[in-house]
Amino acid sequence: MGRRVDPKLGPVDGAPMDGVDRRDFVKVCMMAAAAVGLPASVGVKWAEAAEAGLKPSVIWLHFQECTGCTESLLRTSHPGLAELILDLISVDYHETLFAAAGNQIEDALHQAMEQHEGKYVCIVEGAIPTKDGGIYCQIGGRTAVDILQDVGSKAGAVIAIGSCASWGGIPSADPNPTGAVGAPTILEGTPVVTIPGCPANPYNLLGTVLQYVSMGTLPALDDKNRPLWAYGRTIHEHCPRRAHFDAGRFARMYGDEGHRLGYCLFALGCKGPETHANCSVNHFGEIPDCWPIGLGHPCFGCTEQGVAFHKPLHQEAALPEGAHPPIHPDHRKSIAAGWAGVAGLAAGAAIGAGLMASKKLGEKDTED
Amino acid sequence: MSMDRRTLLKGLAVAAPAAAAGSAGASEAVKAPDDAVGMLYDATRCIGCRACVTACKKANNLPLEMYDPPDDLNGTTKNIIKIYHEGDTTSYMKAQCMHCLDPACVRACMVGSFKKRDFGIVTWDPNRCIGCRYCQVACPYNIPKFQWDTPVPKIVKCEMCLHLIKGGSQPGCCAACPKEAVIFGKYTDLLADARERIAKHPDRYWPKGDPIIFGDDEGGGTQVLYLAGLDFEKLGLPDLDSEPAGAIAQKVQHGVYQGLIAPVALYAVLGAVMWRNRRADRKEDE
Repeated sequence: MGRRVDPKLGPVDGAPMDGVDRRDFVKVCMMAAAAVGLPASVGVKWAEAAEAGLKPSVIWLHFQECTGCTESLLRTSHPGLAELILDLISVDYHETLFAAAGNQIEDALHQAMEQHEGKYVCIVEGAIPTKDGGIYCQIGGRTAVDILQDVGSKAGAVIAIGSCASWGGIPSADPNPTGAVGAPTILEGTPVVTIPGCPANPYNLLGTVLQYVSMGTLPALDDKNRPLWAYGRTIHEHCPRRAHFDAGRFARMYGDEGHRLGYCLFALGCKGPETHANCSVNHFGEIPDCWPIGLGHPCFGCTEQGVAFHKPLHQEAALPEGAHPPIHPDHRKSIAAGWAGVAGLAAGAAIGAGLMASKKLGEKDTED
Repeated sequence: MSMDRRTLLKGLAVAAPAAAAGSAGASEAVKAPDDAVGMLYDATRCIGCRACVTACKKANNLPLEMYDPPDDLNGTTKNIIKIYHEGDTTSYMKAQCMHCLDPACVRACMVGSFKKRDFGIVTWDPNRCIGCRYCQVACPYNIPKFQWDTPVPKIVKCEMCLHLIKGGSQPGCCAACPKEAVIFGKYTDLLADARERIAKHPDRYWPKGDPIIFGDDEGGGTQVLYLAGLDFEKLGLPDLDSEPAGAIAQKVQHGVYQGLIAPVALYAVLGAVMWRNRRADRKEDE
């Protein structure tokens, strides 16, 4: 019982579990739920659904991309990918992970689409070329545009993983020879959750997918359809090097004293101030400091359309509004001071009235 | 540099008749001293990182206020970066003492606490200051700040890190700037540098085509020079002509007191009123 034990390596974490008991399985589900910020009760729900054979179906499409997002997903451990695709969800189509090929896998795709129509989750990885009728990316004789419109329109939820699928990414960089665009542009009218990043942080995908499959809801989204829980703040807002920024301590060159001491990388062109993502608090693959700034390189704004692959790497980022006072700051902001004055006047009037009243009383006494 | 009360009073005693006599040539253009130093701030280079604000506070032993940054110059802030927004136009602006060639604060300071001292830097002498804050009113750039919240207040303004310059290093802000948006140097060198920049990039600076250097002759000239991509007035600098800012006020004041006319006239009027009243009183008694 328990985890698979390799004769040479000992217990292998994250490996498929043979003959696992219910208790261990519920534990795995609850750990997975906790790792992506869902309540523990969700873990129990997953376990029950898996036992009843109701694992949610996921169809994963690959277009113009480097498979970096899949590779980064392969390196998660809570839940590990093996647990995810074997225990929690049913990945019915994924070109990188499947042993099958050719007609066999195309059949699997169509079967899954028919069987779970309106319920399956469609995950898109990679940009979609639109130039010249979309001929620059074809699978099984169909263009990427056709495939996405077909699969996306019948899905329960569409999630674009990575910057390519979210807004075009590298393939859309100038001069954009293939006319690459993101999935939201192709699926106009269908809501597409975007998880940008190059690669996207796998936990942002897991959290979104697992919330959808367990609760049937999608997380709150920002104006670019990114989950707010992951993309609600800029890197700069909770950067571990922020104190150096505030104190005006900057690395000026790679390898200089400031760089070696871990100073702020803003002067080297860090795009943290204009990039919305949670890399600074949720490091990749749970390896401490495994993210650009943690490794001593400026953030290059991979999650932000118009920043990554569009702005020069070492050009200074635009600082957010509100960080600087205006030319003529309004120093009369404090309403409290005004009210304090009014209260003072009232108190003064009361004391004055009291004095007058006591004086009159005194006068009365002398009259008597 | 310090002065005791006796010397100060003596100085006033000597100065009063001199002022009464009227100082001729007050409006003559003042030249920068030979050893004058200055700063050149180029708003088109500034990236708004505020390293200079922090460096200034450090260099001058002022509280850092890391989590509640100042929004304006104040009793603990001698230098600040502000922002101007209008549609797509954004420009940063560094507010600090301009170190005028003919400073209004120096003209207004009746006890000689504010003076152009070493390198033409306008400094404040706490031993002379009487706390009248005329310097605050006089400054056209609204720079000197008063520490309202302490029982032993000081006048706070940029003194170009004179203590650092004397030791051979740069002022805090200039040393900290990662983009050389603000640079320190000899006044004449900086003026030449600024002229070269506007000659090379006439379209980058305001007004496009024929840019101006703020401080070249504005307010009689300043040792801190500004280049910007948009109207200096939008960046909070006043629209001054080449006459020193304090000159007009001084002309009026000195005109009124010319030959002690104003006090004599005042007492004459008061005396006449008294004489008239007493005569009326006497008539009533009779």
